[in-house]
Amino acid sequence: MSAALHDSEALRGEVWRVAGAVTDPEIPVLSIADLGVLRDVAIVDGRVEVAITPTYSGCPAMNMIALEIELALEKAGIGPVTVKTVLSPAWTTEWMTEDGRRKLREYGIAPPAKGGGRRALFGEDQVACPQCGSTSTAELAPFGSTSCKSLWQCKTCREPFDYFKCH
Amino acid sequence: MAGASITVAETPLVRYLLRRADDALILGHRLSEWCGKAPMMEEEMALANMGLDLIGQARSLYTYAGEVEAAGRDEDAYAYLRDVRGYGNLLLVEQPNGDFAATMVRQLFYSAFIDPYWRALMGSSDATLAAIAAKAEKESAYHVRHSAEWVIRLGDGTPESHRRAQEALDGLWAFTGEMFETDAGERSLIAEGIVPDPEALRAVWLESVAKVVAQAGLTLPQNAWMQKGGRSGEHSEHLGHLLSDLQYMQRAFPGATW
Repeated sequence: MSAALHDSEALRGEVWRVAGAVTDPEIPVLSIADLGVLRDVAIVDGRVEVAITPTYSGCPAMNMIALEIELALEKAGIGPVTVKTVLSPAWTTEWMTEDGRRKLREYGIAPPAKGGGRRALFGEDQVACPQCGSTSTAELAPFGSTSCKSLWQCKTCREPFDYFKCH
Repeated sequence: MAGASITVAETPLVRYLLRRADDALILGHRLSEWCGKAPMMEEEMALANMGLDLIGQARSLYTYAGEVEAAGRDEDAYAYLRDVRGYGNLLLVEQPNGDFAATMVRQLFYSAFIDPYWRALMGSSDATLAAIAAKAEKESAYHVRHSAEWVIRLGDGTPESHRRAQEALDGLWAFTGEMFETDAGERSLIAEGIVPDPEALRAVWLESVAKVVAQAGLTLPQNAWMQKGGRSGEHSEHLGHLLSDLQYMQRAFPGATW
């Protein structure tokens, strides 16, 4: 009994490690663990259940991420697997790990302002350029290359960049 | 005949879910019609992004309707296999895109309503509805901001953009009353604390819209007569044409997949 429980805990950890390493197809430097998209792993009657949550309602990456999780687990010899989508609690950029924020910046995307949310939505945004660090930046377009990003430009180094919107 | 039309056994909750899902799907489809035709690249992206948010919200609501109806139907069955009379969306969202001003005014009217509505729905005693609302509310906040900024820019722009924005306001105004309409079924859901009363949001909506219109230097229409019928399936001629485009593939090739 306790051996079985131990096995199941070990399996859970292994699933979390393998599934969590799956990357966002739109932002390949971020894993779904970094993003906070991977919500739960459960072993139910020998079946592995992985719960993920969408960043945006219409995020087209969700189907892709679910497929990638199944493939990654199959490759690791783990199965059978069910990937389900959960909506509550609603995903927020606050769940993004520090490591995730650093990786985003290094990739050239300004990470979401901490503690932003609605205040940042209507107040004065101040976003630091991921290239040169200058805070003299301006929004070019509120909707960018994907649902989760807006398009900005740095007034100091003149580079355009994506900003991961507060959510 | 998988392509044949379906008739949904509508309980008040199923009817409610389909109406709200239809609003989001039809407006999302309208925005998608701008693809390749937007006035500038940034708007191309913005319109497609907002459309994607709306279609995502519709998917969540249809999926939940499928669970509640428990007749084995998925989101696609509701979207592709109901006839025009089975659709319960607002007349506002099915109105043709018109020019860019009309699209932005329509977006402002709807977003300024649905944004506080989702916020109110987050307090629903139904956990799934509350979760869908919590997700959608973050998206609608961006839609209000974007459409408001454009209406201000157009109203306060050139004489031509001002004229067109005012025409859009006047032309779409009569479709706004329907947003606050409820029937007996929805009122029973309101009484049970499952959904908020849209009438309670009328003042908030009017205040948001009036503020934007004033800042744009435009005039808020005063006519009180309002169009209705969308909620009970009596649509303008535009919805049938839209659905023939939206549903064609699944009707002609039932069950077709990518």
